[in-house]
Amino acid sequence: MAFVRGQQRSGLHIMCGVHVSPRVGQPPRLELRGISKTYGTTRANIGIDLVVQPGEIHALLGENGAGKSTLVKIIYGLVKPDEGEILWEGAPVSIADPNAARAMGVGMVFQHFSLFEALTVAENIALGLGNKQHPRALAPRIREVAVRYGLVVDPQRHIHHLSVGERQRVEIVRCLLAEPTLLILDEPTSVLTPQEAEGLFVMLRRLAAEGCSVLYISHKLEEIKALCEAATVLRAGRLSGHCDPRQESPAAMAELMIGATLPQCGRTTAATTGASCLVVNDLSLPSDEPFGTDLHRVSLDVRAGEIVGIAGVSGNGQKELLAALSGERLAPRADSVVIVGQPAGRVGAAGRRRIGLAFVPEERLGRGAVAEMSLAENALLTGASSAIVRHGFIRFPALRTFARSILAEFRVLATGIEATAGSLSGGNMQKFIIGREIGAAPRVLLAAHPTWGVDIGAALAIRQQIIALSDSGVGVLIVSEDLAELFEICDRIAVLSGGRLSTPKPPATTTLEEVGLLMGGQRQAAVREHAHAA
Amino acid sequence: MPDPGIILAILVATLRAATPLVLAGLGELVTERSGVLNLGIEGMMLVGAAVGFMATVVTGNPALGMIAAMLAGAAMALVFGFLTLSLLANQVATGLALTIFGIGLSALLGVDYQSHPITGLATVISPHLSEASPAVQQLLLIDPLVMVAVVAPFLVHWYLTRARGGLVLRAVGESHDVAFALGYPVIRIRYFAVMFGGAMSGLAGSYLSLAYTPMWTENMVAGRGWIALALVVFSTWKPIMLALGALLFGFVTIAQFQVEALGIDIPPQLLATLPYLATIAVLVLISRDTTRTKLNAPAALGRSFHPST
Repeated sequence: MAFVRGQQRSGLHIMCGVHVSPRVGQPPRLELRGISKTYGTTRANIGIDLVVQPGEIHALLGENGAGKSTLVKIIYGLVKPDEGEILWEGAPVSIADPNAARAMGVGMVFQHFSLFEALTVAENIALGLGNKQHPRALAPRIREVAVRYGLVVDPQRHIHHLSVGERQRVEIVRCLLAEPTLLILDEPTSVLTPQEAEGLFVMLRRLAAEGCSVLYISHKLEEIKALCEAATVLRAGRLSGHCDPRQESPAAMAELMIGATLPQCGRTTAATTGASCLVVNDLSLPSDEPFGTDLHRVSLDVRAGEIVGIAGVSGNGQKELLAALSGERLAPRADSVVIVGQPAGRVGAAGRRRIGLAFVPEERLGRGAVAEMSLAENALLTGASSAIVRHGFIRFPALRTFARSILAEFRVLATGIEATAGSLSGGNMQKFIIGREIGAAPRVLLAAHPTWGVDIGAALAIRQQIIALSDSGVGVLIVSEDLAELFEICDRIAVLSGGRLSTPKPPATTTLEEVGLLMGGQRQAAVREHAHAA
Repeated sequence: MPDPGIILAILVATLRAATPLVLAGLGELVTERSGVLNLGIEGMMLVGAAVGFMATVVTGNPALGMIAAMLAGAAMALVFGFLTLSLLANQVATGLALTIFGIGLSALLGVDYQSHPITGLATVISPHLSEASPAVQQLLLIDPLVMVAVVAPFLVHWYLTRARGGLVLRAVGESHDVAFALGYPVIRIRYFAVMFGGAMSGLAGSYLSLAYTPMWTENMVAGRGWIALALVVFSTWKPIMLALGALLFGFVTIAQFQVEALGIDIPPQLLATLPYLATIAVLVLISRDTTRTKLNAPAALGRSFHPST
């Protein structure tokens, strides 16, 4: 073992094939003892212990807001703990900044990528390495690592030309070039197709076999069961337990995560569908953003009482499609978008709302709500019906009643309707926005990533609300990256890839694999070609 | 066919008119590439012009005058940096305040130096300038600062695209959060970029008071700081494009005097707008590809950075 560690600085290839398992008497790669961190009044971490052995794939499990991100930032030197001890290879250390963490051997792949869009792959990687390597000198090393781990990337391409999966590869290659002994991945599969995720697991297992420890952050239990040898579970900033995911059932791990048994959700009755309430006819729209995706001949039909899901990795035209449907961007022709029988392609967002469209955008704060304004004021933004606004004046009693009814009906945890939107947690804010949109009694609901970043309990409540809404005869269109969710609640699922929409299919007649392949689309083919060429 | 002497005169005059724009513009370009928008160029140039002039009068050495002007510009930029980078003040408001402050401060400093005679930079370097033939006289007017303005765009271009420091600078301007997460000292890099911008503005100001029109008058920068700022944006943050834009502006400015001298009957007010119109027209044409403009623009421009958020 000492031999392996002694060789690590000189290159990864020497460790190839050496299987390392944790042994008695050898210090753990990383040990955290009693780590606490408080932000203002929020206690993000309270006395957390964590042990990662050499060559181990260790899961850090928890809901959003459980304190995973803070803990990882502490390990990576981005945040300083208030209390507690960090031991690296058995010796106490103080990690001043990310440079110190990297020098120690910690590599980190962020959830929201830490790449510079306007720079090339090689430049990005050069920036991520502490030593002063010139981007051009790096190119051969990038190719070497890329081939070794099956991570195909072209060093000369600009980041904004890359898909999300390719960007993740760049991040990983950047970490690997620094020859880490602990690799941290923050929710790495949230942006991958199932096939891409499987490729990532193969790579991680290989890395672990070579002696590199992996700290894997996720809330996807099946994934952790398949990949990890040990798990540390956090709940509300506290240590909830340690377990061996290979031995535990997903339900048992979920219980550790949320502190209660996980209720089931799903469609009990087969939906009865009615007339078309949202029709998209052959919509082509070039993106107005430098790094956007153009829409190519998208056609879609959502019927009353039906939930249609659009799967796909974000960046494949989701933003553009949502903008075209919500009315933020106008379609070229009036009949490109038809809402409840009315051609609405040339109608703006407010006009489409009047026809009966409700929209839950991806960004809760900034597009769904104004962070600095109170919940009552936010309720007014899209809920301004004639009962609330008369002759241009706001009737505050009616507004307050409306806002209170949203809080009560959708179980939004807030100090009251005067609380600012920014003070709510992501899950509660999302419940509030969905409640507000449903409160407007829409004919069609358009929801983007409705449960993204929302904890399990709130996600379940949101799904149930959406199902109840469709049961009442409203057509629902959901754009999401969460395949499990789409399979659970949708009547039909289509895939958006490279700005093209596949034909929607009922979940019963399709499989996760098929949807995954569609999600990869031409990209997978391109990557394979690339691999052959290389 | 015009006299070759006139052509030479126009070319030299163009270079001289473009010099302050190139110097100040390059400083602002580097500042903006690091993600900081400093609207105080005009103020920094004025203080540079006043301090450079005073130091030259006091020491009798224009080189010391230029150094003093650069230090004064950098000091002004340091104030701006402290307010916006350390205290997180709004960059637009602070930059405007810096310009207003610079106008007042330079007027106050220079009050005893109005109509004080000094020798122009070209004459200092070649004392027998007035005895030389007209053509040689023209060539001698290309003083060291003009040469700096010719070489500097290439140096800045090389630094930004080839040097590691330039790569880090661009990275900070592209996304300060990512740069910070990777362990780069965002605030320190921005301080350096802002102070470089200030020093270049100060130097540009001293060119005006020591070489272009060797004297100090209140508000003598006359809006050149704003032109330099516009050139940075319209050049899509590219140093060589910036220099070409400045040359165009300088050329039309000079050509306008020639037209007046030829006695063509165009209202002088209209002629005076020509350099601005021509520069804007050409640069708008160049940067009409909005996708490319968005790509080159530093994505974090004007946004304050605080590590905890």
